[in-house]
Amino acid sequence: MHGRPRKPQKPVDDASIAKAAKLRVLQAQFFQNHHDKIYAKEALEISAKLLETNPEAYTAWNYRKLAVEHNLRSETDPDAIKAVLDEELRVVESALRRNFKCYGAWHHRKWVLNKGYSSVDHEFRLLDQFQKADSRNFHAWSYRRFVAALKNMSEEEELKYTTDMIETNFSNYSAWHNRSVLLSHLLKQKIEGFTPREKVLTEEYELVHQALFTDPDDQSGWFYHFWLLDQTVTPGAPVLVSSWPAHGSDLFVSFKGNLDGGVSSSFTSFCSDKGAFPLIIYFNQSVGGINSSTVTVKHLFDKNEDLIWVPLATNNSGNAQAWVTFLRFPDVKDDSLKAYPVEVKVGHSQCAFTVSLRSIDSKHGEGGSDMEMIVWKDDSFHASEPLLLSPPVVSLDQATTNKEPEQIDSRWHEETLANEIALFQELLSEINCKIGKLTLARLLRAHDKMIYKMPFADEKTHSKEVLDLFSDLMKLDPSHSRYYKDEHSLVLMEQVVSNRESLLTYCWKYGEAHPSYLCNPICLRLSKLSLSRIGSFENLLWVQMLDLSHNELWSIEGLEAMQLLSCLNLSNNKLRSFTALEPLKLLKSLKVLNISYNEIGAHSIDTSRYLFSSPLSHTVGDDWNIDAYVTDGVKMNYWEAAVIFKGLYLTQLDVVGNAIVDEKFNLFLTHILPSLVWLDGDRVY
Amino acid sequence: MGELEVEKHAQYILSVEKRKDDFESVVMEHLRMNGAYWGLTTLDLLGKLETVDKDEIVSWVMSCQHESGGFGGNVGHDPHILYTLSAVQVLALLDKLDVLDIDKLANYIASLQNEDGSFSGDMWGEVDTRFSYIAICCLSLLHRIDKINVEKAVNYVVSCKNLDGGFGSIPGGESHAGQIFCCVGALAITGSLHHVDKDLLGWWLCERQVKSGGLNGRPEKLPDVCYSWWVLSSLIMIDRVHWINKEKVARFILDCQDKENGGISDRPDDAVDVFHTYFGVAVSDNDFSDSCTPLEGIHCMAMVDPKPPVLFYIVMELDFHFLNIRD
Repeated sequence: MHGRPRKPQKPVDDASIAKAAKLRVLQAQFFQNHHDKIYAKEALEISAKLLETNPEAYTAWNYRKLAVEHNLRSETDPDAIKAVLDEELRVVESALRRNFKCYGAWHHRKWVLNKGYSSVDHEFRLLDQFQKADSRNFHAWSYRRFVAALKNMSEEEELKYTTDMIETNFSNYSAWHNRSVLLSHLLKQKIEGFTPREKVLTEEYELVHQALFTDPDDQSGWFYHFWLLDQTVTPGAPVLVSSWPAHGSDLFVSFKGNLDGGVSSSFTSFCSDKGAFPLIIYFNQSVGGINSSTVTVKHLFDKNEDLIWVPLATNNSGNAQAWVTFLRFPDVKDDSLKAYPVEVKVGHSQCAFTVSLRSIDSKHGEGGSDMEMIVWKDDSFHASEPLLLSPPVVSLDQATTNKEPEQIDSRWHEETLANEIALFQELLSEINCKIGKLTLARLLRAHDKMIYKMPFADEKTHSKEVLDLFSDLMKLDPSHSRYYKDEHSLVLMEQVVSNRESLLTYCWKYGEAHPSYLCNPICLRLSKLSLSRIGSFENLLWVQMLDLSHNELWSIEGLEAMQLLSCLNLSNNKLRSFTALEPLKLLKSLKVLNISYNEIGAHSIDTSRYLFSSPLSHTVGDDWNIDAYVTDGVKMNYWEAAVIFKGLYLTQLDVVGNAIVDEKFNLFLTHILPSLVWLDGDRVY
Repeated sequence: MGELEVEKHAQYILSVEKRKDDFESVVMEHLRMNGAYWGLTTLDLLGKLETVDKDEIVSWVMSCQHESGGFGGNVGHDPHILYTLSAVQVLALLDKLDVLDIDKLANYIASLQNEDGSFSGDMWGEVDTRFSYIAICCLSLLHRIDKINVEKAVNYVVSCKNLDGGFGSIPGGESHAGQIFCCVGALAITGSLHHVDKDLLGWWLCERQVKSGGLNGRPEKLPDVCYSWWVLSSLIMIDRVHWINKEKVARFILDCQDKENGGISDRPDDAVDVFHTYFGVAVSDNDFSDSCTPLEGIHCMAMVDPKPPVLFYIVMELDFHFLNIRD
């Protein structure tokens, strides 16, 4: 079916008809024997002939197994048994020569070998022949692993085999793949000769460099290099990278009303009418098992109950990079602004901050001020005045005090990355290689993430160089331009929000009258940046008002960590469906949402359908109450929207400019969002 | 897509069905059940399903079922999970699932699950993640997924995840677009896609697009029309399909057509066959147009809802659920 040249259709000639008829007869005879359970010599020969002609006739392999079992039923002489099984191996071999990718043949061979009477060394010799014919044959590689296990071959020996294969031909992805699997095990188990880890990885870098410099256009080595890079930069244990309130910050919590004056311009003020404020912790990787026994929170508030930690993830895996809990604070009667210290410890990481509580008389009153509509126009914002406190930009040193055991190796990491960067910068000065550029971009990014750990480091980041590389790649490799664009957006976000000065230029003060729940009217405005994706959420936990309008966002993955968000503008982007908005359902503080002028309902293909937690998937332990989405006139046509909006208490929503919007839809919205005051700029009654 | 030779391909499929006596056909008799699925689905996508004799097909399909509940590739051939799925799909396509003893079939599939969560193809024990996908897909189509241990099944699939983000046939097996489709599909149906590193796998998958615009199945291999399906479907399931250039894939597929005799081949100027005609048509017809003509019956759901019908397995499963909820 594969790789046969197209020939002009010839009329079926006699020879071909005869050939087909012969095969028919053979098949008929075979099936007769199979159904009559005849396993005599002549019958076996018929099946052998059939398999020689057509190794894909899977029933014949089954038959032969039945025949072997039948004929060996009362056989005890090991030589006789071996003879029978050797005959099976001969049949398999002749079948494989006809088609060395035949599943049935390979499986039959495994079945025979598992009986324990056959020479394993012979198998290795056979495999060598097959590897020579096609070094990428995954059946052969898989069979090799099987045989190596039978012979109890050590992983080091098998590693040596991959070395031989790679040195014979660098373009052997299968060999590199095997190598990565074997090395992972050897490194993990700290087998003698494979420690220290750094020494082994350095040697691997040298090996892969040979491949890359011999033929830079061959992908095999580059994928392996990517894996090595991952091994170089990925930390072992999860580490806390940021929190809200941020380490070293002083949080002002006011309740029962609006803060005004100087203090309300700070980045670290929070209004709460629920007697609690959120505590968000953000790790460098997805973690599970966060609860009151694994995280200790020391505080001097009266209430001392077990905290309930919730993973901020749209799936129900129980794992997430960001976790949130709520700290209840006591009712404070006076204006003393007493600062309560809070300490959070998890694993080797910890952070500490203070919380000052302030009770304000509700001068502005409820009701009325909550009706103010947020207007997302340029003239609603003005540049933030010199602020009392600068934004809590993360630098690992400040955010936490980590005592990771692996810190001693960070110098090797840094040196290795610096070496690799220098090497590829040189390579790329001579040749224009797309995957080389991508690798260099990844190396520079990894390097930046590493030096970023040191506070006020002299070294500037390479953001500009990385952004230029991705822009180059979009031109050099246009088929994948949208991949490079997504990466470009992530790097742009890193550049914008990771640096104190830079971040401030994107912070604006919302000047209009605003609802009481928006006590901190600082808006992070990231509109018109051509962002197709967003990231760097560890630096954005403090944001309450976010403007991402006029970008090219197709996804808001990760936004669920921004638990403080009360006003969000996603208008004029490329969001294609409600399923893509799933992160919103976790933003319990969200009051104002603008998703106007996107593409919801405009596409028949919903590419985030399978990522959306839905009642249609067969997830273990899911308990969906389907009735919750069917009653009250909620149309099933909008069930994804229902899943998102149910449970949110939006007061203001803009949806105009999406294909899905019509009278029916708007009616549905008013049903599902009883708290809604403004819809597309009009009051809701 | 204007350049897809709809009539020619339909004729080709029908001609293959009739051409039972040449050597090529005899040699493929053992997978006629698969061929029926590929051929009939293609005809359906081309809007030509009504040209076949449905009763005859149903009767033939049922004659391939065994005592155990499983189906063979053809009459008299041993049962195997591969053909069992195709049988169920053909019956679903013809809206004739009611002829099945569903529990019996579901029990057959459940009996193939092993202790570690993996699935064997048949009683002889070959294990492959293709079979995990088939089992999960088939049972979800029949609303009997509770007959297997889903958690273990998912864990086994996850154990086949590789360091490059892809999946192999068994733990340690090299990443391959076909296996990736099966594993990602299994995880999608069971709502377990959080186990997939979407960015890592998405990049590995988008790198399957080579200069000619076609897609290969793994690094440094030749492009092939069937990989358009495996790769595109996988990318769609993890929401990274915009990382490849769809126009170029479409162009490649159209170049693989035999415009004179109908049919689509694995790559330009190779011999055509039903297998590649199915994949080529499925991808062309539905992946590249955002607008779609509404169809009747169950396929109406397919068009309006999760796309593409290329993901026939998953789409059909979701359709059933939609119907249940509406009631």
